[in-house]
Amino acid sequence: MNAGTARVYFVFAHPHRTRSRANAQVLARVRDLPSVTTVDLYEAYPRFHLDVSREQAALAAHEVICLQHPIYWYSMPPLLKLWVDEVFALGFAYGPGGTALAGKRLQLSLTTGGGPDAYSAEGYHGRPLEDFLLPAVQTARLCKMTYLEPMVLHGAGKATDAEIEAHAERVRDRLLNLTNPLYRGEAVGG
Amino acid sequence: MEHGLLRDALVFLAAAVVFVPLFLRLGLGSVLGYLVGGLVIGPWGAGFIHEVEHVMHFSEFGVVLFLFLVGLELEPKRLWSLRVPTFGMGTAQVVGGAGVMAAVGMALGVPPAPALVAGLGLALSSTAIALQVMKERDWLDTRGGNAAFSILLFQDIAVIPMLTVLPMLAPGGSASGAGSTPAWQGALLTVAVLAGVVVLGRVLLRPLLRAVAAAHLREVFTALALLLVVAMAGLMQWLELSMGLGAFMAGVLLADSEYRHALETDIEPFKGLLLGLFFMSVGMSIDVGAVRAEPLPVLGLVAGVTVAKLGVHAVVARLFGLPSGQRPFFALVIGQVGEFAFVLFSTATALGVLSPAHTAPLVAAAALSMLLSPLSLTFFTRVVEPRLARRQAGGPVAPDVIENERPAVLIAGFGRFGQIVGRLLYANGITATVLDHEPDQIELLRRFGFKVYFGDATRVDLLHAAGASDARILVVAIDDVEAGLRLIDEAHHHFPHLKIYARARNVQHAYQLLDRPAVAAFERETFESSLSLGVEVLRGLGFTAHGAWRAGNRFRDHNVDMLRELHGMRQDQGALVARARQVRDDLTAMFERERDARDRHGEGWD
Repeated sequence: MNAGTARVYFVFAHPHRTRSRANAQVLARVRDLPSVTTVDLYEAYPRFHLDVSREQAALAAHEVICLQHPIYWYSMPPLLKLWVDEVFALGFAYGPGGTALAGKRLQLSLTTGGGPDAYSAEGYHGRPLEDFLLPAVQTARLCKMTYLEPMVLHGAGKATDAEIEAHAERVRDRLLNLTNPLYRGEAVGG
Repeated sequence: MEHGLLRDALVFLAAAVVFVPLFLRLGLGSVLGYLVGGLVIGPWGAGFIHEVEHVMHFSEFGVVLFLFLVGLELEPKRLWSLRVPTFGMGTAQVVGGAGVMAAVGMALGVPPAPALVAGLGLALSSTAIALQVMKERDWLDTRGGNAAFSILLFQDIAVIPMLTVLPMLAPGGSASGAGSTPAWQGALLTVAVLAGVVVLGRVLLRPLLRAVAAAHLREVFTALALLLVVAMAGLMQWLELSMGLGAFMAGVLLADSEYRHALETDIEPFKGLLLGLFFMSVGMSIDVGAVRAEPLPVLGLVAGVTVAKLGVHAVVARLFGLPSGQRPFFALVIGQVGEFAFVLFSTATALGVLSPAHTAPLVAAAALSMLLSPLSLTFFTRVVEPRLARRQAGGPVAPDVIENERPAVLIAGFGRFGQIVGRLLYANGITATVLDHEPDQIELLRRFGFKVYFGDATRVDLLHAAGASDARILVVAIDDVEAGLRLIDEAHHHFPHLKIYARARNVQHAYQLLDRPAVAAFERETFESSLSLGVEVLRGLGFTAHGAWRAGNRFRDHNVDMLRELHGMRQDQGALVARARQVRDDLTAMFERERDARDRHGEGWD
């Protein structure tokens, strides 16, 4: 591992992992990276009962938060929403004394059902995808985090294995190339 | 004297070391090994030992210790649940058996009084043999085992009135009016003392044990355990009650105490040795000379008694609705004559109720019947039962079927716990293979496609037959804690690929499961349901449904963490107590913190 690589907390949220191809493949490709810590939310908290302090400690120990999930009804799967609600708590993530996330980066890694055209003024979702991601943009801002360009695989249901693999590879590369600002300018290696 | 004691000890120990492993190796059971060992070293064998009565009297204490251990495993509640079978079946067995045998005796020309005494004595079964066999077979928790145990318990109690009645049957002394008042007083005194023992036992025993345990001197704790049993037995003797009954009571009083296991392990070796000595003395008391001189009366007596007892037991089993598959073993396991017969016969002889001419064949027959009992039980379990089982309920399914269908999951114990596991699997398209020794619902299970094997799940051959080498998961859901742990160890040893999921009966059991890395997961049997009810109570107090549910979740997390933490430090009892208090304080703090957190969480949102 390059000492300058940022540590990533990779939060995977898919209610039916065994039926997923794209999301599962991304998880498989990043799981073994030494700079990445993964949590499979539906596996870790099947009863929707989160260990908030554990999650907060994990966030504190990483520079990048990457959320990996399919878009469900223009939003995220419910357990991930619960995770945001409970872990990004008052006094931790925002409000008085809430500076634990300040300076970190938020990376979304998403899959959608329809093709890229569906998310446009003419498509049947009526708006570009970015419009639906506005809550995430503002969440990052409120918590003083940097919002990174989302990585999206459109039409995941119909994507070929090769397309999925290529996307997973791209996510992996992105996570590997995120740098740790503390190491910026220092010699690599050692 | 000292020389004699050493020599006797040498002979007894050598006989035990030679014969018991030999008979175990031959698959004939330890009891028979002791009996034959006694026969060989006794006056009618090599003649090493002569004072048989003396040895027997001393070693009867083994039976007393045995009953103490049995009591230890019987919580008062369970004992209470046995009251109906104890008195109902016990009366039926004793009265029926004694009646039949006395009638036959009288028909053969024996006067009524000796016939009655002989019938009563012969109707009693051997607690020592029957319990030992049932334990080895893990049969005590079945309905048949319960029934047999209840009857043995009743017999222990019934010996008391029998011994009281004996003097009245004596030719000279009759039951006079003067005798009845002291008898009443005696009964009153007895009841008062027993009640006192129960009350004092509940109040004093535990602090006493705790104080001695705190000294951390193992041998002193052992001494206390022995003292407890000896004192109880002595008290009973003073009251002219059965010593075994007293020891049993002491055991029950301590059955739900935290020192149960410590007491068990401390007493166990003494019990084993003394019981072995007792069996040897029974073997020695077989008057081979008399049997050889006049074999017919004794052998006829053994045959007649066995037939009569089995017949009566069959009727009792039917009358009280025991499962038909368990009836034969039930009849057989208490089918021998018991150790109390010796007591009864020798007392009756001393009182002149029995003439020595009667006593000699009776004692010989009783001892012979005890000698034959382990043999016939072995023969039954090895040869007869497998055939019966195959015919009655299908038994172990033919091996070809096993090879075709590989069961993914084996469930050992299909009572109220294992059943829910099995039904959940079934609802999700997985049909488990079931091992159970209670064949009540086999037909129903078979109809739904379950493969059911009955017998002792701790037997490796049964696991093999059920397909353990191909299965992925073994669910251990049997009632008996010790048997369950044995099963886990055996299964892990012989089938290391099996993932083991276990039912924990209580926290102590959970610790023992945590000791075993082979256990993939366990669940305390009352924890989740109590927690769910607790959540309902919170709701009843006005918590929101979701809030109550969350409180339950937090409690579970905390409790599971605590369990693991306590397991790590449970070696030191004293530290454990302090730690338990600490954990309770922690829990309070935790709850307060959680309540604060929740309130703050509420403030953040509207």
